[in-house]
Amino acid sequence: MSSEPSTEPASPKAKKGHRQGAEVVFRSLATAAGATIVAAIALIALFLLIRAWPSIMANEANFFTSTEFSTTNADHLRFGIRDLLMVTVLSSIMALLIAVPIGVGIALFLTHYSPKTMARPFATLVDLLAAVPSIVFGLWGVLVLAPRLEPVQTFLNDKLGWFFLFSDGNVSIAGGGTIFTAGIVLAVMILPIITSVSREVFNLTPVTHIEAAQALGATKWEMVRMTVLPYGRSGVIAGSMLGLGRALGETIAVLVVLRTSAQAGHWSLFDGGYTFASKIAAAASEFSQPLPTGAYIAAGFVLFALTFVVNALARLVSGGRVNG
Amino acid sequence: MTTTTTLDKPVKAPTFRDVSTGRRIKNNIATGIIWLCFAIALIPLAWVLILVVSKGFDAVASLDWWQKSQKGILPDQTGGGVYHAIYGTIVQSAVAAVIAVPLGIMAAIYLVEYGRGTLAKVTTFMVDILAGVPSIVAALFIFALWIATLGAPQSAFAVSLALVLLMLPVVVRSTEEMLKLVPDELREASYALGIPKWKTIVRIVVPTALPGMISGILLALARVMGETAPVLVLVGYSKSINTNLFDGNMASLPLLIYQELANPEPAGRVRVWGAALTLILLIALLYAAAAVVNKLLTRNR
Repeated sequence: MSSEPSTEPASPKAKKGHRQGAEVVFRSLATAAGATIVAAIALIALFLLIRAWPSIMANEANFFTSTEFSTTNADHLRFGIRDLLMVTVLSSIMALLIAVPIGVGIALFLTHYSPKTMARPFATLVDLLAAVPSIVFGLWGVLVLAPRLEPVQTFLNDKLGWFFLFSDGNVSIAGGGTIFTAGIVLAVMILPIITSVSREVFNLTPVTHIEAAQALGATKWEMVRMTVLPYGRSGVIAGSMLGLGRALGETIAVLVVLRTSAQAGHWSLFDGGYTFASKIAAAASEFSQPLPTGAYIAAGFVLFALTFVVNALARLVSGGRVNG
Repeated sequence: MTTTTTLDKPVKAPTFRDVSTGRRIKNNIATGIIWLCFAIALIPLAWVLILVVSKGFDAVASLDWWQKSQKGILPDQTGGGVYHAIYGTIVQSAVAAVIAVPLGIMAAIYLVEYGRGTLAKVTTFMVDILAGVPSIVAALFIFALWIATLGAPQSAFAVSLALVLLMLPVVVRSTEEMLKLVPDELREASYALGIPKWKTIVRIVVPTALPGMISGILLALARVMGETAPVLVLVGYSKSINTNLFDGNMASLPLLIYQELANPEPAGRVRVWGAALTLILLIALLYAAAAVVNKLLTRNR
């Protein structure tokens, strides 16, 4: 940001050596702090791989296609990520499908529809959703929301059961601990990030575009559709990717909400089971032997890679920095 | 009035006509939907907050809640308090802040004041990636490094280390934003007086940005306080106070909630909602502090 000034301000020659010394130390410290963050990401990948590798080698099932996750017998590890991936993807995509339209709507509301003086307080209100700890959302999801969603799920299952997403799941709908419920809880949790990123780009819509649309006699909605939405498209996509990243990695709310199942899942919203994150968290208390633990760390590595790619894509799409 | 004289008619068709009905209806529908979206977002927020306050109030209202631990309290017994968990939550996040804040501020100073070229670009990118790393992955990394490789025991400090990873990107970003807001004229005036760059940063730039930085740090602290994944992986639950950071189990509010959620007794439910309300109160306190710091310190200028 600062225009690079000459690093050596006019100073008496005698003091120059000492002054430069302090400057070099300070600059090195700052650079080292920056490099630490780069190193942290590299170390995360490295250490997860180091710990996971022996287990992957000892794995007797196919890591990518097996639905088993049996680590009780350290000599005969059988684990695969297919089921975890399925539940993770299904719940995250459902969350995204709910949260993106609503998030974009809120962002439009905050930037172009709400009364000008209320825009900031309203935005704070939506941001407060992000301040609620995820375990509290989990509590709400499992103890309060799930029972209320039970009739909705039964209805969908009865009427649309022929469609694979609404077919009978591997857990009972009673109680509501299904991917359906988890998806809704996740949608609430990723709403603030999608809203804030979209709001940022909608605010940047050039005033000249808006005025041009108005001069042509566009209604407010036509103005939004012709100028704000096309202009903000990359930002909305970036925000959605960030939301997806959050949903993929959310641990505790999913762990608390989803009912576990011994049976493999089959792409139904009324399945139960584990996501990558909730599987790891559920097994965490039994991390004692290195080989079984490595199986979970392998799953963690896949989750890390997944969120890395999604987040990197978000930056690429936005063409630079997005906050949130 | 079909036979009006030509004088009554306008000479030419009006330039502006009313918006056609179809377009007007579409516009109204869109407006309605957009207002509705906002309303929909407020439903879960209000619902969750009202729920937690109403269900947790009774537990929080007793003095014991704030002064006692769960030591010696059976799962089906009411009573005791969450002092031990509050202590754990505050200590774990405070230790994380002690590590993450200086590191984050220096990294932000690097990015704003010194960073040029590839390393700066890579660092910016990695800060964004770190912000997207799921808390369970951060916890697993600390497990792989600190516990599995270095052989340290499960401890509150391990949790703090994981929280550092989660705090860092938030601190870097908020500090970066604030440093960028410092006008270049201030820096130039300082250089013109012959002050070295590092001293300019420490004495002029950082103090100017300080209120915003402090409130950013408080918000980062609030964010990691509710993290549950690291405590599940890196430390065990304890019913009594443990002052040893480096060894042994230590409770925290999220861990206590998770623990008591498995307790089917009514007493467990009381503690679950009470702890949830306590956690939200703590976080609200930090949010309020952040707002106050921002207001007070900016007004003095």
